[in-house]
Amino acid sequence: MADITNQSLNEIIENVKTKKVSSTELTKAYVKNIESAKKLNAFVTTTFDQALNNAKQFDNKPNFDQLLPGIPLAVKDLFCTENIKTTAGSNILNNFIPSYESTITKNLWDHGSFLLGKLNCDEFAMGSSNETSYYGNVINPVGDQLVPGGSSGGSSSALAADLTPATIGTDTGGSIRQPASFTGTVGLKPTYGLCSRWGIVAFASSLDQAGPMTKTIKDCAIMLEAMSGFDEKDSTSINKKNEQYSKNLKDNIKGLKIGIPKEYRVDNMPKEVDELWEKGKKILKDLGAQLIDISLPHTKYALPTYYIVAPAEASSNLARYDGVRYGYRSKQGKDLIEMYEKTRSEGFGDEVKRRILIGTYVLSSGYYDAYYLKAQKVRQLIKKDFDDSFKKIDAILTPSTPSSAFKIGEKTNDPVSMYLNDIFTVPVNLAGLPALSMPAGVDKQGHPLGLQLIGKTLDEQKILNIGYAFEKNCGFKNEIKKWWS
Amino acid sequence: MSLDKEKIKHVAKLARISVDEAKVESLTKDLNSIFKFIEQLNELNTDKVEPLTSILNQSLRSRKDEISDGKIREKILKNSPKENEEFFVVPKVVE
Repeated sequence: MADITNQSLNEIIENVKTKKVSSTELTKAYVKNIESAKKLNAFVTTTFDQALNNAKQFDNKPNFDQLLPGIPLAVKDLFCTENIKTTAGSNILNNFIPSYESTITKNLWDHGSFLLGKLNCDEFAMGSSNETSYYGNVINPVGDQLVPGGSSGGSSSALAADLTPATIGTDTGGSIRQPASFTGTVGLKPTYGLCSRWGIVAFASSLDQAGPMTKTIKDCAIMLEAMSGFDEKDSTSINKKNEQYSKNLKDNIKGLKIGIPKEYRVDNMPKEVDELWEKGKKILKDLGAQLIDISLPHTKYALPTYYIVAPAEASSNLARYDGVRYGYRSKQGKDLIEMYEKTRSEGFGDEVKRRILIGTYVLSSGYYDAYYLKAQKVRQLIKKDFDDSFKKIDAILTPSTPSSAFKIGEKTNDPVSMYLNDIFTVPVNLAGLPALSMPAGVDKQGHPLGLQLIGKTLDEQKILNIGYAFEKNCGFKNEIKKWWS
Repeated sequence: MSLDKEKIKHVAKLARISVDEAKVESLTKDLNSIFKFIEQLNELNTDKVEPLTSILNQSLRSRKDEISDGKIREKILKNSPKENEEFFVVPKVVE
């Protein structure tokens, strides 16, 4: 057989089920790929011995009825994994070994998969380029000078480079969809509450959602099916019956109404992004969908709202890192207060500190109404824009990002220009809606670009179906040369 | 509104993060550019808008206040930077 890793998750699962490849052979192939891809810096931790043991156990007693039979998977290092170091890309958790397993990873393992390693990410998922990680920049397999997007940059890089057959990320303002767009892969942020947040290192709790990152839409449906579900340990988990997204995947989208929001444009947006959007519209129209112009008038206020809400929640969530119960503790500091201050100063990186300070300020006495309360009101308006539009449409089509992957270092000196990268992805998090990014084409440099499909609350199946039909008719093929090995 | 160095030092104190004197300048510049961006929200009149407090159409569930695990002291202390047998240890607080 040719390269067994250069295939979709669905094909790999078929190969395992039909015994064309064993779990051990598969795992060994990924170990080899990962070992020859150190230049990408996608992994913080590898768990090869444990993975090979798990593979052997599966091969000795295989259960082919599982959704992910004998499949090795690497996951973002934001998911707590029992007895395996979990860093969240931060120095402050450099020595943290959880004594529990996150619900999402547990769900994946219960469906037959096992851990291959932990993937690099922006520190506490704060970043759009994987340049804020304490463990160094991750490189985009598309080009050796390019960022892989962020914050799930290790996930997107590893997936596109065949270092894992599928993976999971988290998305607070675009951290799954933007890296997927930058690497020519598929990424889905589910409805808020569909996937348990229990055991995920928290960033902004009213926005954080875990989701799948995969090579194809079908793979995305398989992963979502495996990871989602009610969890009583997460008080915002939605109590509903599990869906069979992969079994119910259909490519007939005739008659569906697709909204095209006029506000999803920015100044100086490369014309390829516009052209790609036009191409996307045409494909859906040719498949029998109806295009409807809509307006989401508060779109331009989504990012400023996000940069109040997310840092405010982060400043509260990250108050727990004080050097007392776990994580890094500074050796300096004469008394308790000084120990806290030094620990947090040495343990956190610049971007995380910046956001904690913004959050502390907007919540501080005398400023709460002007910032936090104001933002919560605008958030209501943004949600209402979507609610009103969804009365007459089934889904929304937009570009995923205003540009393709940028160069390492290009935006690090200007936080606001970095934040602007998430302009098309952030509104969805504020409204709690599901959205996926799917690869749709390349720009003139040959770098991948994605389109985003936004769905109604809990309407993941519909956007997956639209994506499935789109994928079959789009003709995108991710041409990545393995320059790193 | 603009943030000056003194204000930033005060906020850093509230956040329990010590900030190097050398870095205050660049931090002030960055935070001011971020706040300038954030303050676009002031263009909107929101007097009659209710703040959004939950995006779920359900209220938070509560559970019974019961111990569901317990007896896991070792697990809890396992990651502490400094401990003795039963406690987390911090620098001396009371003379």
